[in-house]
Amino acid sequence: MNAFTTASGLPVPLIEDNVDTDIIIPSREIKSVGKAGLADGLFAGRRYREGRQPDPAFVINDPRYAGSPILLGGTNFGCGSSREAAVWALKEYGFQVVVAPSFNPIFKRNCVRNFLLPAIADAEAIAATQSVVTVDLAERTIRTDTGQAWGFQIEEEAAAMLLSGRDEIDFTLAQAAEIEAWRAQDRAARAWAYLRGNGA
Amino acid sequence: MTDSSQQSPRSLFAKIWDRHVIAGEQGAILLGIDRVWLHERTGGVALAELERRERAVRDPAQVFVTMDHVVDTLPGRGDATRMPTGADFIRTTRDAARRAGLTLFDIGDERQGIVHTISVEQGVALPGLTLVCPDSHTSTQGALGCLAWGIGSTEAEHALATMTLRLERPKAMRILVEGTLAPGAYAKDLALFLVSKLGSAGAKGHVVEFAGSAIEALSLEGRMTLCNMAAELGAFSAIIAPDEKVFAYLQGRPFAPSGEAWEAALADWRVLASDPGAAFDAEHRFDAAEVRPMISWGTNPQQSRPLGCAQDAVPPSEALGKALAYMGLGDGGAVEGLPIDGAFIGSCTNARIEDLRAAADVLAGRTVAPGVRAICVPSSGLVKAQAEAEGLDKVFLEAGFEWREPGCSMCFFVGGESFGPGERVVSSTNRNFENRQGPGTRTHIASPATVAASAVLGRIAGVGDLSPLAGATA
Repeated sequence: MNAFTTASGLPVPLIEDNVDTDIIIPSREIKSVGKAGLADGLFAGRRYREGRQPDPAFVINDPRYAGSPILLGGTNFGCGSSREAAVWALKEYGFQVVVAPSFNPIFKRNCVRNFLLPAIADAEAIAATQSVVTVDLAERTIRTDTGQAWGFQIEEEAAAMLLSGRDEIDFTLAQAAEIEAWRAQDRAARAWAYLRGNGA
Repeated sequence: MTDSSQQSPRSLFAKIWDRHVIAGEQGAILLGIDRVWLHERTGGVALAELERRERAVRDPAQVFVTMDHVVDTLPGRGDATRMPTGADFIRTTRDAARRAGLTLFDIGDERQGIVHTISVEQGVALPGLTLVCPDSHTSTQGALGCLAWGIGSTEAEHALATMTLRLERPKAMRILVEGTLAPGAYAKDLALFLVSKLGSAGAKGHVVEFAGSAIEALSLEGRMTLCNMAAELGAFSAIIAPDEKVFAYLQGRPFAPSGEAWEAALADWRVLASDPGAAFDAEHRFDAAEVRPMISWGTNPQQSRPLGCAQDAVPPSEALGKALAYMGLGDGGAVEGLPIDGAFIGSCTNARIEDLRAAADVLAGRTVAPGVRAICVPSSGLVKAQAEAEGLDKVFLEAGFEWREPGCSMCFFVGGESFGPGERVVSSTNRNFENRQGPGTRTHIASPATVAASAVLGRIAGVGDLSPLAGATA
């Protein structure tokens, strides 16, 4: 159900460098225990005016972009605190892809873990077209309906994970036999390192 | 098989890392994890998500849980917190931890406290282990020679479900500190000195090994303070080779090995030091004698300098101007003598028994200046009990400090208690970021002794600025 194939829409241009995770979701907006309930706090510091009224000057509030699954960002997108809630908030709001010239490495890994595609490409050029685009992960392309196209970069392992819809834990659990063999020999050599549970 | 004598020399970090590699040579390595710690701020989320995905905790006996991040620290506390939804975090974490059969140090348990303090107190962290926790100051536990680092929430799920993590091998850095710290200069001052010299990204992506005669001379608690602050160098983690001091500390701790297992562990631990000639990706050397009591003036720990020294000339920049404006400072950034509103002794950095003794030494026979809100939060229930057995609680209370229950408390603002906007606070914590201790609050970080001296004088000052007590002999 998480498998990523394509996403289409009019990309939301938030072309600013160093958009940090505190801008994406301020700490005070993380009120609930869990990965849900964060969309309302997405970009809260920029998105709302006094009395939590939407600020029409902030791009996400522009009705032309309502429901778009594609966000365009500047360099070093997702820098700052490693809080994963930034990715959860983007995902819950409805974004499936963030296109930026570069990402903070932790943020980028958190994106993949949560099935949000971090695509490295020239977001500014894409924004300039002001047209609907389709992001195709298998092809590594971003295309407009009028035939313009850009490639994007993503690590092979990350792309495989997104395409498969299986997360990192699934990938590792598939290696369970190898892990158990390692643990058995490690436990024999380093018994002191393994605590015994109640009754074990 | 190669004869071990022919192996190339390895660093302490490399020895622990290599021992834990299950698969992979480059890129993402599959690494065995020995211990996982959780706290209520993110632990409940990770456990709830595992349950939702119908994934089991792989080895509950190696997983520990405490309440520290949002738990209230006022006397008589329960699950309710000043943070509006804090009790949900506490109850979700408690219930999920019980269902998964994890060892939980709950509110009301004397062993409860800040994760990094209690992990060491209980002997959960041990030399040579890999240990992870969703908290950026997990490197504190490297003081024992444990490879311990902070992870994200989904990584915590991965560690819980598989007792492994996938990650790239960090680089290795050694910071050698030789010589002797001057009287009045603490591990915290050394940490701030190093951060001021190397910068907030000075150890980015590296495991930092602290070594040298000044490090060997530090107590285990001092080493914890230093390893804690490695996070402010941007380090992946920090580690110190375990020695007899560490072994003596660990013997008999509740979760440390005993009997034959203790002897086997000791044999493994005694080889945990960097070999002569081991390669490091980066190395730095410092002289401990240069370290003076430090204070932060700006909005990150790098912006720190010795108390009472004229600030080094810093070229004006937009970032500098922003820091000075936030902190309410003039162009020179001088802070000495500025009146303060708050004094805070607490956190995983500096709220263990030696820290409380150092502060109490300053406070004994003195009182906090009028108008200063002074708070002491021991970092664990056992630290609090020890302090009370020594009568330190009375020293704090008589001086005018609040004496709290253990937890992270006002080290950071989660939507509950805070110091007010524009208030200036001297704090024994680790981060002086904008809004860290509350919206608009101005934080200056320093050692517990400096916090206590500033509290007494009502202004930013060092222990040397205090007048001698009546009747005291020089």
